[in-house]
Formats: sequence, structure tokens, C-alpha cells
Amino acid sequence: MTQELSYLKETPSQTAGPYVHIGLAPGAAGFDIYKEELGWEIAGPNAGGERIRVEGVVVDGIGSPIKDVLLEAWQANSEGIYPHPESAGDVEEDFRGWGRVITDFETGEWAFESVKPGRTRGRNVGMQAPHIHLWLVARGINIGLHTRMYFEDEPEANAEDPVLNIVEWERRRSTLIAKRSERAEKIVYRFDIKLQGEDETVFFDV
Amino acid sequence: MSTPGEYYQRDRTWHPPALTRNYKTSVSRSPQYALISLQNSVGEITGPVFGHGDIDPLDNDLLLNYAQPGESAIGERIIVHGRVLDENGHPVPNTLVEAWQANAGGRYRHKKDTYLAPIDANFGGCGRTLTDENGYYYFRTVKPGAYPWRNGVNDWRPAHVHMSIFGSGFAQRLITQCYFEGDPLIARCPIINTIPDRAAQGQLIAALDMNATIPLDSIAYKFDIVLRGRRSTLFENRLEGN
Repeated sequence: MTQELSYLKETPSQTAGPYVHIGLAPGAAGFDIYKEELGWEIAGPNAGGERIRVEGVVVDGIGSPIKDVLLEAWQANSEGIYPHPESAGDVEEDFRGWGRVITDFETGEWAFESVKPGRTRGRNVGMQAPHIHLWLVARGINIGLHTRMYFEDEPEANAEDPVLNIVEWERRRSTLIAKRSERAEKIVYRFDIKLQGEDETVFFDV
Repeated sequence: MSTPGEYYQRDRTWHPPALTRNYKTSVSRSPQYALISLQNSVGEITGPVFGHGDIDPLDNDLLLNYAQPGESAIGERIIVHGRVLDENGHPVPNTLVEAWQANAGGRYRHKKDTYLAPIDANFGGCGRTLTDENGYYYFRTVKPGAYPWRNGVNDWRPAHVHMSIFGSGFAQRLITQCYFEGDPLIARCPIINTIPDRAAQGQLIAALDMNATIPLDSIAYKFDIVLRGRRSTLFENRLEGN
């Protein structure tokens, strides 16, 4: 016999199910209940940096867009500061850094508007390239999936990024890099996420 | 006093795996490659912060938060309450807990739900609250009904409330489901059975809590939630940038 450790066990995850919108985005479920839904404004009007639109689809193993997925985004501001007491520095007023993203129920396309984040320090050494954390839940996903979106137009920063560099297979790193284009004078990044199959997106155990 | 560091590694054997064939939708939605393990950096240790300005005090009362004045949702009146703790047993204060559920007939207020049980005009089916300084939260609601779903030809979901919890760092982000003690459908449910360990399943079954009932008013169930804990940085390299 040994002494018992007194740690608690984490509550197990369960799927968010097909009706996740009721709880997290009730307007999309079809009703209006709260004075304000959370997560629709990531950067706010005062944030510095380049204004961007990010869009994509999440595709299942059959190649079909997932129409009932919900994503959450978490990012630093353009100076690389997260709006949290453990991130040194201050962010602009109303910069939340966090948002919720739902799909068009017909097409599975999703999009959100924000600002491009700055670089942040790595865990031990070096600097991380600009990136947005994404967390996906849906019917059929038993535990939320963490991934990161990096930016195509940051090749030097990406080459130094300690997280991209721990992905052993260089070819898989490209699944984390969004493609940049301009449309109607807006900067648009395309980031399709594949749950399975050729070019399955890299997901992280964070 | 040491600075808290990264989160304890998630025990993936305690959670459901991605691929669970008896829950059929997981088959084409489960990543096939191994997750890449990432030691926490600042973006995993931090997460969104919410305050009382973000929500209304009535948001945690599902009996009333969508009801017409003077009306109330139909069903068995219950309180779901408990604490949000971390694996070290410390309360997680001021964290956002969101809940959603079917009505007492097993019908969701969602444009994609077509089950024949009727909508309750006075029930929206969602609520949200912030834990207090002791990690305590509560919702007042109706007990959700069981309902059939397309998986096997005759699969039924036990009564359950979906719960979304943030914690302090994005690495703690969690969505789960709260089931109710004594429900015979739990053992047959393909979704709770995605969790391999019986004791882990039991962690999702709220206990009937007679001490917290309000006599002649509402019955209570206790549902504690545990988020990942953090290690002390006492004997390890400090994270830079923190």
C-alpha cells in the first residue's frame, strides 16, 4: 500500500451535440433570449493592427462540410498581448481576443473578423509566429479539438515558430497555414480544416 | 509563493477517444492521426475573461428567462448546482458556465430539431452564470425529457443538460453533459458510453441532493465540475513571457 494522492480527476468531455447553438449562440438556433450573446466581437473598434477576415469550412472524412460545427477563436492583439492578467501588458479597450464562430447551416462556410495578432514569446526559447487558437466542437466530436491558424504572409516567423517546428512532418505543417488574398479591399485568410483524410489538419493536445 | 505554471497533462484515457464506433457520427469526424502534444505557452495558459457586465442575473433561471411575465416553463422544477474545482481541489472562481437542454418533453428549441414533442412557449432552454469566489454555481430549470435520436434505430438519450465551462486558461476549455441519478437510460446511452471508464462516467451523473431542495418548490441535483489543475513552477524552468 502507498499513500493516496488527493488530486481530483478532470470531468470527462462529452460531445457538444447538434444543438450547441441553443447554449452558445441562441440566435442561430432561432430565438432571442439574452441581452447580448457572447463572442461576436473579437477585436473591438479600438484595436490596432491589420483588420482581417478569416473564413473556411470544416470537412469530415467523407469530404463533406460540417454544418453544425462551432469554433472558438482565441488570440493576442497586434502587439502580442492576450487580454488576461497572466499576459504582460495592456490591450486596447474592448479587445476580447475571443470569439465564437458558427457556420452557415446550408453550406458549412464560416467566417469571422478580427485583427492580425502579433508575435508572442515561446514557452522557453524564441518567438512564436502570429497565430490564432481555434477550438472546435460538434456532434460526433467527443472532445473539443485544438488547432492553430498561422499566416501565409509570415514565412520567416513561421520558419522560426517553435510549435510549427515540433510537427515532425513538414508537409503537415502547411495544414496550419491560412492562405491570404484580397477581396473588395479586405484582407481575407482562408483556413479549411480537415478532420480526416489527405491533409488532415494538425490537432494539438495542449 | 510560486507562480502557477502549465496545466497538468490531460488524462486522455479518462475522456472519450475521438473514434467511438457505437456513436456513429464520430466515425467520419474523428482525426486519424495522433494529436501533437504541446507544452503550454502563453496562449494556452490564458483564456477569455468574463464579468458580471456580460450577463444578466436572471440568465441562470431557465424557468423564467424565456417565460412571459407571470408564466413559467412546464416540467419538474429542479435546481442543478455545484462547484467548479480544479484537479488540485481549488475552486475556480468567476468562470463562465453555460447550460442548454431540451424541454420537459425532450424537445429542443432549435430550428433543426423536428421531434414531435411540442415546444414549450415559456422555455428557451439555455442559461449562463459566473461561479462565485468559492467556485459555486447554480441553475434553476426543469428536468429535461428523454428523446429518441438517429443512431441505432431505437436509441434514446437519457435526460441531460449540456454544460460549457471556461476556466482561466484556454487549455481548460470543456464541454460536457450532466445526467441525473437513477435514470435507466444512462447505461444504454451510446454517448455516455463513449467514455471507457465506469468511474469516469459516474462523474457525469448528478446526485439527488435532498439537502439542497426547496421544500414544496424544487428538487435539487448536485453536479460538481473539475477542470484541469496547474503545476507549481517551484522546481522547473519558469515559462518565459509570463
